[in-house]
Amino acid sequence: METVCAIELKGITKRFGEVVANDGIDLTLNRGEILSLLGENGSGKTTLMNMLSGIYFPDEGEILVSGEPVSIRSPKDAFANGIGMIHQHYKLVDVFTAAENIALGLEERGRLDIRAVNEKVSAICQRYGFDIDPTQKIYNMSVSQKQTVEIVKVLYRGADILILDEPTAVLTPQETDRLFDVLRNMRADGKAIVIITHKLHEVMALSDKVAVLRKGKYIGAVRTSQTNPQALTDMMVGRSVTLNIDRPRYETPVRRLELKGVTCLDGEGVKRLDNVSFTALGGEILGIAGIAGSGQRELLEAVSGLYPVKEGSITYAPPDGGDMELVGRTPMEIRRSGVVMAFVPEDRLGMGLVGSMGMTGNMMLRSWRKGKSAFVNRKDPNELALKVWKDLEVVVPSTEFPVRRLSGGNVQKVLVGREIATAPSVLMCAYAVRGLDINTSYTIYNLLTEQKMKGAAVIYVGEDLDVLLELCDRILVLCGGQVSGVVDARTATKDQIGLLMTRLGGKEGA
Amino acid sequence: MKEKKTPLVRLAKRDGMEAWKVWCIRACSVVLALLLGALLIAVTGSNPLTAYGTILSGALGKKTAIRQTVKIAVPLLGCALAIAPCFKMRFWNIGAEGQITAGAIAASYFALFWAGRLPGPVLLPVMGLAGAIAGGIWALIPAFFKAKWNTNETLFTLMMNYIVIGLVRWLQGGPWEGRPGSQIIPQFDPSACLPRVLGVHCGWIIVLVLVVFMHVYMRYTKHGYEIAVIGDSVNTARYAGMNVGHIMMRTLFLSGAISGLVGYIIASGANNTLYDGVAGGVGFTSITVAWLSQLNAFAMVGISLLLAVLSKGAETLQTRMSIPASLSDIITGILLFCMLGCEFFINYRLIFRGKSHKEGVRS
Repeated sequence: METVCAIELKGITKRFGEVVANDGIDLTLNRGEILSLLGENGSGKTTLMNMLSGIYFPDEGEILVSGEPVSIRSPKDAFANGIGMIHQHYKLVDVFTAAENIALGLEERGRLDIRAVNEKVSAICQRYGFDIDPTQKIYNMSVSQKQTVEIVKVLYRGADILILDEPTAVLTPQETDRLFDVLRNMRADGKAIVIITHKLHEVMALSDKVAVLRKGKYIGAVRTSQTNPQALTDMMVGRSVTLNIDRPRYETPVRRLELKGVTCLDGEGVKRLDNVSFTALGGEILGIAGIAGSGQRELLEAVSGLYPVKEGSITYAPPDGGDMELVGRTPMEIRRSGVVMAFVPEDRLGMGLVGSMGMTGNMMLRSWRKGKSAFVNRKDPNELALKVWKDLEVVVPSTEFPVRRLSGGNVQKVLVGREIATAPSVLMCAYAVRGLDINTSYTIYNLLTEQKMKGAAVIYVGEDLDVLLELCDRILVLCGGQVSGVVDARTATKDQIGLLMTRLGGKEGA
Repeated sequence: MKEKKTPLVRLAKRDGMEAWKVWCIRACSVVLALLLGALLIAVTGSNPLTAYGTILSGALGKKTAIRQTVKIAVPLLGCALAIAPCFKMRFWNIGAEGQITAGAIAASYFALFWAGRLPGPVLLPVMGLAGAIAGGIWALIPAFFKAKWNTNETLFTLMMNYIVIGLVRWLQGGPWEGRPGSQIIPQFDPSACLPRVLGVHCGWIIVLVLVVFMHVYMRYTKHGYEIAVIGDSVNTARYAGMNVGHIMMRTLFLSGAISGLVGYIIASGANNTLYDGVAGGVGFTSITVAWLSQLNAFAMVGISLLLAVLSKGAETLQTRMSIPASLSDIITGILLFCMLGCEFFINYRLIFRGKSHKEGVRS
């Protein structure tokens, strides 16, 4: 097969202030090829792709599309060159139909002929095997359907070079397989596709070629058939790392936290948690799986007293005996009793950290109230900041440097490091490794296991099923705010959990 | 054919700057504002240099002029200190005008009706305390509604101004009226007037003490920490177990109390009486002072003096060169515009086509 270079990048450099996000990157992409762009967090993958899609403009270097040098100054220029990007966060109007969203922003003269759009959309869907109804409203769609709309939108605009930024982060394994089938169809049709991802098994399953970035530099590209996950990891990290999570068993797990029939409503009266009951044991890691928005966040917030509980009870059994009811207590009382939460929300700085303060100021969030003095004690938090800085290898110029200006991974290290430092008896972590590089992820897994071996009950909300299966002792699956099932992580399979994520009890029609 | 073309000007985010450079840019923006002001003076047909000279000599030339200038600066500084914690918390309190007036009313009550009954050394502190409490309560009301029902604090605090100013008008024409028909509240008894220190009422000492207090309060206390956290993210504050509504009300009470104290200083120190224009726009101008000084208590001293010099000097300008005194307002406006605009150049740099990345451009 003759290959035509769809995109060629030559010496692309992009700086943000003193930070060099991309440093002289050379990259080629052929038509009829799927390229995985692999790299740790902050290695510059998204920045590089944003320059292709017209969001940033490179400081130096050249972009060639089909052999012609081009200048991409806006997303419109990108489309004119046939480049379309599907971002992590979808940009769709909820009350519009799929077709209306797709036609939105197209500058066509005259009246909008929605029927013609519908037909064209259906034709695209048929061609690549998408499964959406162009007349369905966005708010009625699942996450994966919304993603499909985004992809069709890009194809509708005539893109033949597609860039997908972490497309599988919000999908179940089954949905991921379907997406991959579609991508393979598009490859067969001669499209050039780039997917940005951290998940190595997806890279191996899907792509033809893998390009690795590390700290803004281009490390190299290899044919997927000629490499393996370990080799890729070594390329990403720059040294050899071991990819095993140690999962020791704790001698005598004891009941630490028990939820009975917990139901929570949100502001609109919609049930976010529906009759949730389970027991978390001291000395085990209880994983919580589920599609994004199935009630994970509400569950953790309810336990920590931040989300109002409509019905049910949450009983905490401290290690020194005596049960305690958590419903109705303030977040402060709950925290003092030893139940802590390290929630890493989508917007990392939104909850748990103060963006304008340095590490010390953020460590103080935990201890600022201590003591009778009217003045804050900065000494202990500063020591803690130094410890987290060292232990988790946070990249930061000083403990006073505003955490807002740190990269996402480092922000997360600050947050998780602080929570673990309190030596809690119940530690709840949500998405603790979201966007973290492999090395740091494993540091955090080990820290969680360490807490477990100290007898703490660890509740871990995770996105990557492979990790949940390796790390946890048991996995609880949430589906639409209900407990869909609890499985033993040592024997369960990914498919089993995937089914539980989409259907209650994992059974058809249940 | 696709043409290869780089945009003429691009923006790039700066990654932090040394503090001295930042202050250099800010100084440049002040110079720029003065240059623009000079242009304006030239348009009116006068020599800008003489005009600026007149402003300086009019504001600082004589001892009496300096005293006048300080007298203008004192309430500006005090009130800027009062609203700093609110703004730090992102609670947009634009009701300082009303809080000043409320404080002035309470202080005046004691000045008018307790002057004979309380000895001087007791009367003045009582007036101050009453002013602070009244101002605090006036600010507490919108804070309470915000904390309980999340009402819009900007509108609420603004509307509270008109209520209390109306109240003074009623007092002026009604129960507290001096000579019937005069619509004027009588002058305070001398024992109810702030004593002078170095020729100016001792309010300047009070506000300087407040500068230090506010600096320490915002930087080193638990309260200051709570305010900073809420200003950054209410969710984080909740997560850390802070009672946001409670802190909001407490901070607003403090802010209103300082404004009320300023009202007391103006009524007792500067005017020796109460009238509906007691705040005279100080509550609004001090917002400018607070922003221009980036909520830094010490910088507020300089900024409030600068604005006072402009305002006092412009009066002289009017009498000597017949340039309208409103010129000082225009220059203040330009100054605000330039100084807030320069923050853009502190956060971003411009890159022009054809130049290498290093040649960023400053204002």
